[in-house]
Amino acid sequence: MIRNERMKVAGQREIARNIYELVLEGELAAQISEPGRFVHVRAGRTMDPLLRRPISIADYSDGKITLIYRAEGYGTRVISEKGHQEEADVLGPLGNGFPVGAAAPGTKALLVGGGIGVPPLYGLSKRLKNAGVEPVHVLGFQSEDVVFYEEEFSRLGETHIATVDGTRGTKGFVTDVLASLDHEFSVYYSCGPLPMLKAVAKTMTGTEGYLSFEERMGCGIGACFACVCHTDSNDRGYVKVCSDGPVFKAGVVTI
Amino acid sequence: MNRLQVDLPGLTLKNPIMPASGCFGFGREYAQLYDLSGLGAIMVKATTLEPRFGNPTPRVAETPSGMLNAIGLQNPGLEKVVTEELPWLEQFDVPIIANVAGSETEDYVAVSERISKAPNVKALELNISCPNVKCGGIAFGTDPKVAMELTRAVKAVSSVPVYVKLSPNVTDITEIARAAEEGGADGLTLINTLVGMRFDPRTGRPVIANGTGGLSGPAVKPVALRMIYEVSRSVSIPVIGMGGVTDVDDVINFMSAGASAVAVGTANFVDHFVCPNLIDALPGRLDELGIGNITELIGRSHTL
Repeated sequence: MIRNERMKVAGQREIARNIYELVLEGELAAQISEPGRFVHVRAGRTMDPLLRRPISIADYSDGKITLIYRAEGYGTRVISEKGHQEEADVLGPLGNGFPVGAAAPGTKALLVGGGIGVPPLYGLSKRLKNAGVEPVHVLGFQSEDVVFYEEEFSRLGETHIATVDGTRGTKGFVTDVLASLDHEFSVYYSCGPLPMLKAVAKTMTGTEGYLSFEERMGCGIGACFACVCHTDSNDRGYVKVCSDGPVFKAGVVTI
Repeated sequence: MNRLQVDLPGLTLKNPIMPASGCFGFGREYAQLYDLSGLGAIMVKATTLEPRFGNPTPRVAETPSGMLNAIGLQNPGLEKVVTEELPWLEQFDVPIIANVAGSETEDYVAVSERISKAPNVKALELNISCPNVKCGGIAFGTDPKVAMELTRAVKAVSSVPVYVKLSPNVTDITEIARAAEEGGADGLTLINTLVGMRFDPRTGRPVIANGTGGLSGPAVKPVALRMIYEVSRSVSIPVIGMGGVTDVDDVINFMSAGASAVAVGTANFVDHFVCPNLIDALPGRLDELGIGNITELIGRSHTL
């Protein structure tokens, strides 16, 4: 059930350059059924910035949700200024997440994230591990100063880092790391920029996969048609990222 | 006696608040959040004869206290709207205002004739003001003669009253308003969005894939108020006002300017419960202002 709640800020810190981890407290946390869903956050209380910001849920438990986002634009910078015990107007949980059950216990699952697409994979990895699946992480970033959660992921399973400029891990893209792995994966999950999703889906052809998409949104609930993508998988010819996704089985969204 | 009730051609509104077309789909999404029967009416998403996919993305961009959109009238087409969307809405006790769009006069006529026969459609809103499609839309809304003829053609086939939605992207909106009235319009709705742009400083390209988009939200409110004021003084048919309505005093001010009812658009994306919240807040605000019946507000600025 979708709630609109004034959640309390339990903590906020910058975990990499312009990357913030925001922990919010409230009843909304209990509504989250699967990793990979998102919340729609109102930055301020005035009319400027006007629109809510869709932010993926990195983790959730015990009445708390963790959001990790990049403070790059006006709205996210306003959110990054929220201090302890301040309130945040949150609508959610929204969208459909990653199916944890797609990976059979005892098998390996591949999790590929790029930049600010990495956060929802953390909640996913935790739940895969709890379900007896072995998660293997391949995380790509621009450079060392924006790498985050490497330790947290490493605690859950094998973790590979790639940076475009080579300042940390493998120099290059996540696909360069994928080429060097020789594990057998039962399923793969990915979240990141469109070119990365495209490359990952191509590399992993033949393996069941789930991709999480990002698109500019208006309402966040499927009413405004701002975030549509083409598809060949239904007779309407489109899907809405906010309410049909943001996670789709690989092949559903035309990329 | 319900002090919030407003009676308009074809419409008995429990209250003057309704979601604006294009911001509320066909109601399914917001029905997850609250009971749609509490609304004064629902202006559903524009319907065209054939299904439309709309424009490429990005389709929206934020602006100071507002937003640009160029959705491009995406809709499932007349057949699906009449056989699936409108029947689904029948479970709610709320009048539907069907927004009709097209590329040619014949499209408007065909859609209007059929959609106006749906049992819960109590009025049509003729969309001659969409700025985001290449043919039709705004092309019908910027030439008085064309607007009049289209209104007349639709009036001839519609089973319910016809409201004409006006574009603010004209030199003199009262001219189009009078033309629609002359064509037989039963009411007017205004304003649609103002054509605008935003650019990406890194690339120099427009942020919206369509190039231009329609500006909405609180940023356009003063323009909307001025146009509602001017139009309602120059025609004798009722006006439904819209353009940046966000709080209860906006409702009061839009009605004072001359609107008989008020539609809420962009604010539905900011506060998803804004419509029921406004309806709940109205009686208390009327008390504070010493107003007995909400209809006393309509056009009160005209005589001051």
